Amino acid sequence: MVIHPYLTSLRAIVGREALRFLHQRERFVAALVRPLVWLVVFAAGFRAALGLSIIPPYQTYITYETYIVPGLCGMILLFNGMQGSLSLVYDREMGSMRLLLTAPLPRGWLLFAKLVGSTAISILQALVFLAIAAAFGVTTAPLGYLTVIPALAIAGLMLGALGLALSSFIKQLENFAGVMNFVIFPMFFLSSALYPLWKMAESSELLHDICAVNPFTHAVELIRFALYGQLNLPALGWTIFATCAFMAFALWGYDPARGLTRRKS
Amino acid sequence: MTPGLSVQNLSYNYGARKALDDVTFTVEPGAFCALLGPNGAGKSTLFALLTRLFTTASGQIAIAGHDMTTVPRRALARMGVVFQAQTLDLDLTIRQNLTYFAALHGLSGRDASNRIDASLDRLAIRDRASEKARSLNGGHRRRTEIARALIHQPDVLLLDEATVGLDAATREAITTHVHDLAATDGITVLWATHLTDEVRDTDRLVILHQGRIMQDGHAGTLRGDASLQQHFLTLTAKPA
Repeated sequence: MVIHPYLTSLRAIVGREALRFLHQRERFVAALVRPLVWLVVFAAGFRAALGLSIIPPYQTYITYETYIVPGLCGMILLFNGMQGSLSLVYDREMGSMRLLLTAPLPRGWLLFAKLVGSTAISILQALVFLAIAAAFGVTTAPLGYLTVIPALAIAGLMLGALGLALSSFIKQLENFAGVMNFVIFPMFFLSSALYPLWKMAESSELLHDICAVNPFTHAVELIRFALYGQLNLPALGWTIFATCAFMAFALWGYDPARGLTRRKS
Repeated sequence: MTPGLSVQNLSYNYGARKALDDVTFTVEPGAFCALLGPNGAGKSTLFALLTRLFTTASGQIAIAGHDMTTVPRRALARMGVVFQAQTLDLDLTIRQNLTYFAALHGLSGRDASNRIDASLDRLAIRDRASEKARSLNGGHRRRTEIARALIHQPDVLLLDEATVGLDAATREAITTHVHDLAATDGITVLWATHLTDEVRDTDRLVILHQGRIMQDGHAGTLRGDASLQQHFLTLTAKPA
């Protein structure tokens, strides 16, 4: 049986990501602890300070914990996307990225396969987080746990593509702390993950506008609505648009004519 | 006859600095060609271009007759590479590492498995196939990488300073083995090194210095009565 080389390579690259994930269980636990601390500690403190009115997709008053669960799913995807970017820079310095890029397949496909692999792991982590959140009493409609999967996939692809794009521009591992400061934190805090946008508008119109164009906001909203079995079309459009834009950046960054490893190694 | 490897008028700059300047050479099929040059001669840049990690507008590369610019995937498919940096996944077994690579070349199932066995046999490491790469010493890791580069039966094998960091005996064993690959299997080999003792008199020799080819011929002829070490030092001591 001849399996198409594209599928064979996809399976192998995704499989390798899965194996790597199995070998790094500490990373899995760490990735879960972060949002859980937010859910259990941070949300408890904020609950008192923040009054939430009824906004879609919610049909009743909700607790602050319920509000931030989609944002924390987004946090998992965001950190994983950036972690993936870190491992790509590491792979490049160590040489295994060279092995991947010299395979006789289009570079775009190889990068896409890597993206699919890391996104699959992210989805798994987000689902485990949702299960633990449910154990703490923060639940959603049962069907929501199914409908959220495609939303997590699209959001995961978007943030993974962002990581991929960043990894092609980060020349050295040491520069990675900058990514944390200038990408993860602004993206997370300037979004609807922790507070609804109308709440932001009350304090600053400018901040509200920044949040409204932040692709992470739309990824979080996509997940939020999907958790209630609803489709937020504008959020879907934004997220897909951002995914394509980040992927285009990544392809440009990894273009051999531009010189991925142009610096003398 | 189509050359195994052909490099024509290849130039490359890092900003204002010329890393490769009009490099031209060809290697006949089944020949062992040593690419000798001191550190910073441009060997790594040449390898990056040969493996299409990056491309240049000036010059042509052909692997077994396939042009790297017009049909890059066909050219890459005919090539096996052993990079200077270690590229094994240390948490995976040897067989898993090789299976992953085979899949990147579109090989799977029994076909991949048979090829992997043959490749491991050839490098005499099949008995260690189920061990994790981390448990291997430097010499065995290199052998594994050579075995991996041969799975898809390439016409051309590129090795970038493959013996770096290995002890003398292992270095000798690996050098001999790769010479045998060229002699018995007809694989075209490009062996980049800065160590003259890895080059035999019968080898094709290309000496690269400051991004330019200084000499190209048979090692024995080029060195004349001097040792290759002496010849190389005299040649590269002069300003290019």
